[in-house]
Amino acid sequence: MAGQVATGSRSGLRSALPLLLPAYLWLTVAIFLPLSAMVFFSFMTELPLSGKAWSFTLDNYATFFAQGLYWTLLLASLRLGLEVTLWCVVIGYPAAYVLAKVFRGRSREAIFLLVILPFWSNGLVRIFSWAMVLREGGILDTALNAVLPFKINIDLMYSYPAVIIGLVHSYVPYMVLTCYLTLQAIDDSLIEAGRSLGASRLQMLKRVIIPLSMPGLVAGAALIFVPVVGSFMEPRILGGRTGTFYGTVIEDQFVAVFNWPLGAALSFILLAVVLVILALASPVLKRAA
Amino acid sequence: MRMPKLTAFVTATAVFASALTLAASADEVHVLNWKGYGADEPWAIAAFEKATGNKVVNDFFNSEQEMLTKLRTNPGLYDVVMINAAFNDQAMAEKLIQPIDVSKIPNYADISPDKAGSPMLARDGKVYGVPWVWGLTALAINEKAFETPPTSIAEMWNEAHKGRVTIRDDAVEAVQFGAIATGQNINDIKDMEAVKAKLTSLMPQIKTFWSSENDWNQMVASNQIDIGTYWSGSADRAKTHFKLPVSLVIPREGAVAWLDAFSIPVGSKNVAGAEAFINYMIDPKFYVEWVTKVGAPVSANTKAVAALPEDAFNRKVMGDPDVARRIQFQAPITDAQREAYLALWQELKVNVK
Repeated sequence: MAGQVATGSRSGLRSALPLLLPAYLWLTVAIFLPLSAMVFFSFMTELPLSGKAWSFTLDNYATFFAQGLYWTLLLASLRLGLEVTLWCVVIGYPAAYVLAKVFRGRSREAIFLLVILPFWSNGLVRIFSWAMVLREGGILDTALNAVLPFKINIDLMYSYPAVIIGLVHSYVPYMVLTCYLTLQAIDDSLIEAGRSLGASRLQMLKRVIIPLSMPGLVAGAALIFVPVVGSFMEPRILGGRTGTFYGTVIEDQFVAVFNWPLGAALSFILLAVVLVILALASPVLKRAA
Repeated sequence: MRMPKLTAFVTATAVFASALTLAASADEVHVLNWKGYGADEPWAIAAFEKATGNKVVNDFFNSEQEMLTKLRTNPGLYDVVMINAAFNDQAMAEKLIQPIDVSKIPNYADISPDKAGSPMLARDGKVYGVPWVWGLTALAINEKAFETPPTSIAEMWNEAHKGRVTIRDDAVEAVQFGAIATGQNINDIKDMEAVKAKLTSLMPQIKTFWSSENDWNQMVASNQIDIGTYWSGSADRAKTHFKLPVSLVIPREGAVAWLDAFSIPVGSKNVAGAEAFINYMIDPKFYVEWVTKVGAPVSANTKAVAALPEDAFNRKVMGDPDVARRIQFQAPITDAQREAYLALWQELKVNVK
C-alpha cells in the first residue's frame, strides 16, 4: 500500500517535471546562485574582486555580536515591522471585510481597483509624494489650517511616524488582498446560521469570521513583516535623523564603504532572526488558524 | 536532446556577453565619472565628438569604492576615469592607472602649479592625474534665515537653528567636519573623542541628513532648513541655475577642500582619444560654458578661471588668497580609517534614536 503511494507520487513528479522545470531553473539561476555567492562572501575577509588576498573568516558575524549598535538597530527594525503589520491589520482587515461581504458587482470592482492602484505606481514616487504631504507647509498642513478655526502646526516629515505612514501605505494592499481572499471564501450561510442562533455582531466576528479568515491574516502579516524589517528606502527618505535602521546599515555596507562581506553577514543574521521568529510563531498561528 | 541545446544556449550567451565587453572600438572614448558631473553634458559631448571624431561613451559610479571596483573588474574597458586626488594613490598602487604624457595635453601647461604639483597625483616624477576642478565642502545658508551671513562654524550649534540644520550622510565628511569644528587637522585627527563629542552635540540640531544636491535644494525651496554643510559647486548651482536663496559660507575655522583629476586606466585602447578628451575637459571654453549653463566647481586651469567674469563666485570668492589660507585639502584615507569613521558615524546616528 505504502509502496503504491510512493510510486504513484513519483510518476506524478515525473510528469510534473517539464512543468516545474522552467520555474525551478529560473529560481536556481536568479535566486539560489546569487544567494549562495552572498553566503560565500559573508565568510570572506575581502571581496575577491578587489584584487587583494582574502581568506575565510567568521569575523563578519562576530562584528554583529561584538557591537551593541547592531542589536539596537535590529530590535528597532523588528519593532518597526510589528508596528507596521499591526497598522496594516487595523486598516486593511475592515476594508477587506467590506469588499468581500458588503459590496457586490460593479462597486466591488471599483473599490478593489482603488485598493490595488498604489501597486501600479513606483515605490519611490509614492514616498516622495508623502514627503510633499507631510512636511511643514505641505499639503496636509495647509489643508488642515485652511479648514480648522485654530492654528496647528503639522510637521511629520523626517520622523518615526512618517516612516510608519509611508510603510503602511506601501504594504496595506497585501493585507487587503490576502484577507479578501479568505473572507470571500467564508460561506454566507455560516454567518446566517450564527445570526439565527442568536450570536451578537461581536460574537460573530470573534467566533466565526476571524477564525475562518485567520490564514489570510497570517499570510498578510508574514508578507508585510519580513520586507518591512529589512526596509531601507522609506526610513532613509522619510525618517530624517531618526531614519537609521538595520536595513539602512546593510545598504551602507554595500554602497558607501563597499564592505560586501559585512553587509552579507548582516543580511544573513537578519534572515536567521526572521526565520526564527516565524518558526516560533508558527505553532501559535497554526492553532489559531 | 535537451542538454546539448542548453549547453549551446549557455555558450551563445557567454559569447554574446564577451562580445559586448570587447566591443570597445578604437575611436571610442569610454569615460567613467559621477553622473551629471560635466563629462556627460550633451552639448559638451557633441562639441568634442565634432572636433575630434571620437565617440564618447559614458559610464558612472556612485562611490569611489565602486569606481575602483569597476576599474579592477573591467581592465581595458575605460579610457578616461575621474578620480578624487585622495584616491589617486590607491589606484596608482594597484596599477589601475598609467602614467600620462602631459606633453600631449596642451592645456596642461595652464594648470595652476600648486594643483599640478600636488604630491597626490605624481609618483617617481611621472604624472598619474591631470587636475580638473576643485571645490570645498563648507557651509551654505538659507538667506531667508539670516540678516547677515554667519562667519563661524559654531552657527551650526546655535540653539536658534534647532531642528533646521542639515549635514550630509557621509561618515568621512562628517568626521572631517567635526575635526574642523574642534580645530584639528582633517588629515591627522589626534583627538577623535573631541570630534565625537562635538558631533554628538550637533545631532539634536539636525533636521535630516542629505545625500544629494536635490535633497538640499528642495529643503531650502520649502524653507525647512537654515544652514548645513554643502559643496561649493552645488551652492553655486543652487543660486545661479535654480535661483534659490542659497549662499556659501566659508567659516573662519576652515573648510574641507577636494581636488578631482582625470587619469588614464592601464590597458586603455584609445590613449590618444583619452588625452584629447582630458584636454577638452580642462579647456577654458568648455569650463566657461559649464559654469554659465549648469554651475561648476573651480577649474584647476588658471586661464579657465580667468575667463570667467570678474565677479563670478568661482573667481572672486574661491580665488581669494584669504580663503586659500583657511582650507585644508583632503589627503588619502586608509580603509581602516574609513571603517573607523563609519563605525563612529553609525553610532552617532543610532544614539540619536
